[in-house]
Amino acid sequence: MSRIGVFVCHCGMNIERTVDTQAVAATLSEHSGVVYTTDYNYLCADPGQRLIKDAIVEHKLDGVIVAACSPTMHEPTFRRVAEEAGLNPYLCEIANIREHCSWVHKDRDRATQKAIRIVKTLVEKVRGNQPLEPLRIDHADKCLVIGGGIAGIQAALDVAESGFEVILVEKEPSIGGHMAQLSETFPTLDCSQCILTPKMVEVSRHPNIRLLTYSEVVEVSGYIGNYEVKIRKNPTYVDPDKCNLCGDCEKVCPKSVGSEFERGLIDRKAIYIPFEQAIPSSYTLDEEACLGLHPLRCNECAKVCEPNAIDYDMRPEYIEESVGAIIVATGYSLYPISSLGEYGGGQIPDVIDGLQFERLLSASGPTNGEVRRPSDGKIPKKVVFIQCAGSRDPEQHNAYCSKICCMYTAKHALLYRHAVPDGEAVVFYIDVRAGGKGYEEFTQHAIEEERILYLRGKVSKVYRQDDRVVVWGVDTLSSRRVELEADLVVLAISMNPHPSNLALSKVLKISCGAEGFFKEAHPKLRPVESLTAGIFLAGAAQGPKDIPEVVSQGSAAAVKAVALLTKDKLVHSPEVVDIDELVCGGCGICVDMCPYNALAVNGAGVAEVNEVLCEGCGSCVSACPTGAAQLKNMTDWQFIEMIGVALQDG
Amino acid sequence: MAKPNDNGFEPKIVAFLCRWCSYAGADLAGVSRMTYPDNIIPMRVNCSGRVDAGMVMAAFERGADGVLIGGCHPGDCHYVNGNYKTRRRVILLKRALAEVGIKPQRLHLEWISASEGVKFQRTVTEFTRLIKGFGPSPMSEDGKN
Repeated sequence: MSRIGVFVCHCGMNIERTVDTQAVAATLSEHSGVVYTTDYNYLCADPGQRLIKDAIVEHKLDGVIVAACSPTMHEPTFRRVAEEAGLNPYLCEIANIREHCSWVHKDRDRATQKAIRIVKTLVEKVRGNQPLEPLRIDHADKCLVIGGGIAGIQAALDVAESGFEVILVEKEPSIGGHMAQLSETFPTLDCSQCILTPKMVEVSRHPNIRLLTYSEVVEVSGYIGNYEVKIRKNPTYVDPDKCNLCGDCEKVCPKSVGSEFERGLIDRKAIYIPFEQAIPSSYTLDEEACLGLHPLRCNECAKVCEPNAIDYDMRPEYIEESVGAIIVATGYSLYPISSLGEYGGGQIPDVIDGLQFERLLSASGPTNGEVRRPSDGKIPKKVVFIQCAGSRDPEQHNAYCSKICCMYTAKHALLYRHAVPDGEAVVFYIDVRAGGKGYEEFTQHAIEEERILYLRGKVSKVYRQDDRVVVWGVDTLSSRRVELEADLVVLAISMNPHPSNLALSKVLKISCGAEGFFKEAHPKLRPVESLTAGIFLAGAAQGPKDIPEVVSQGSAAAVKAVALLTKDKLVHSPEVVDIDELVCGGCGICVDMCPYNALAVNGAGVAEVNEVLCEGCGSCVSACPTGAAQLKNMTDWQFIEMIGVALQDG
Repeated sequence: MAKPNDNGFEPKIVAFLCRWCSYAGADLAGVSRMTYPDNIIPMRVNCSGRVDAGMVMAAFERGADGVLIGGCHPGDCHYVNGNYKTRRRVILLKRALAEVGIKPQRLHLEWISASEGVKFQRTVTEFTRLIKGFGPSPMSEDGKN
């Protein structure tokens, strides 16, 4: 390749401030094989793109380097520009002189010298590049959605409505997630179940949705468009087709454990239905709680079950599916209340978390919507709400803001005042963050018109004195210490990532951030994509957020998945391994190194590549003892030339 | 490109950064406007597992004073297990370097994720300081003189 063009971008002042782009262009014009160089203010803008196109045509360029920002930003842009000018897009490379140079250095001369070296390495790379054509591959046309909370439900419905088959996997016996537990939702005070359950029913009835509850994704292999997934359906020991929900089994079951759905406020039996509107509407026998599964059956439930729905011999079922796209919507969990010892969490029965209070407010809850405290069932006359319990506390708890607590605390206090008109509500807050449509108005209404006392300050301690709960805090606006006796304390506990995230991140090969939420491909521009192509994120799995945001993300992730599934063929990078048959000795080391089973030694004793399976990692290249295996456009020889110019003096 | 410092020596360092983690970590360091020494020339590889003995030896042979390899954290490799392959290879390479008279510490492997801009900055800063302290590699032009 002998007619290379180098285009150096100023990026406004972003590059120009610390890198002398004219000097970069001038130095590169001396470099062997470079026939055209220029610098320009914004190459990514339309006139910049046109400049590149014109130069390619006019100077008959057979290789292009754009020295600008990270290739993650604009590699696709500039490769498309090259293609539009008739140049094979794989003959265009990006030299990253912004993120890796101008933004991290101060000395202009030295930064310019470094930029020159970086650009030279890419010139050497492009010199060794060959024109490539993207591989076009078939793909599966199903979508896997992991998690059946509101995010997963929304995503599943949207994908299914677009005509694609969805497999919705939920770990718990019913879909619905945390939203099913809520009483009413801010700021409109709609009944949460009333707006959620129609969507749950729609999921169960939709011809394009295959619902797998009490199930977990255990293995995922493959790549965008062609993921092979293995799902374990745990045994419920009840045949949902036979179960008629009579509830006879529940009455006779001798074993009780704390109800997860009611957050331990009341017990459920070992055979149970999580809540009345559960989907699928069928009982589940909790293997761990049941007395009789092994070693000896108590058999009480089976004895009374008229339709003979109970089957103790049910075993886990493994389901294998090929899917084109995956949407991860695993939701959140709460920061463990027992970790908030300073607030009596886990020790004082009348110190509860926000979700428990939701159940106390809910008409379908254990108290039928009457606010009664857990310890003695009395109606609390004074309730203290503590915001930021476990949030915004980098020393002891989570550093981040859980985002929804300011709003739900205002809602809690307001609903409590409606339920107990002579009750007193006190809220301790650090700030009230009420960003959102109608949110500020809602909190102001709660503060001004519902006679809720908002005290700005942090509670330092909650403890028991006789049968009273004492809250110790400070009102930072009046600089007074506050000591309150409360009948009930509600902690607006921090949102935690779902405990299954870490294990799932290993199964899916997508990463979690430091706090444990799934990491998006770009925080602003690609918020519902993971870094792995074909795997999308929705809802609180990605970070704390409220229902409207979660629903938007569910739909957004669905559109991303549908956009992929609608394609006739998927494009696979052609930058894959190539075996030089004349050099290959057929040792088969590469076959063992490949994590994708893309290589095999054929009958002629030479390694052969299945290009569609090859992801281009280059493990085989590093291990090949003869150098027969080479990654296209990233060969050993290219790297050696690149290293050479990177280290050249001057 | 000499700038006066403790011993006046400006090392040349080649950094092979995996596309998914360390290269993105370096991008994040840039986006966050962190500063670090300008002695490293970064090169993008798809996977740290692609960095083979030939590339490391070529770098030293052509005058590198240090070679940095950045990969994904154990268990996070985009290509399943390429970083484990690198980890084993680096152990062997360090022995080979010692055999030819190059301090094994001149080759350094670090796990840097896409969210660890700070770790990228710290790694480059500390590695550059270490190599400055060592002086020129015996294989570089400066070292031979």
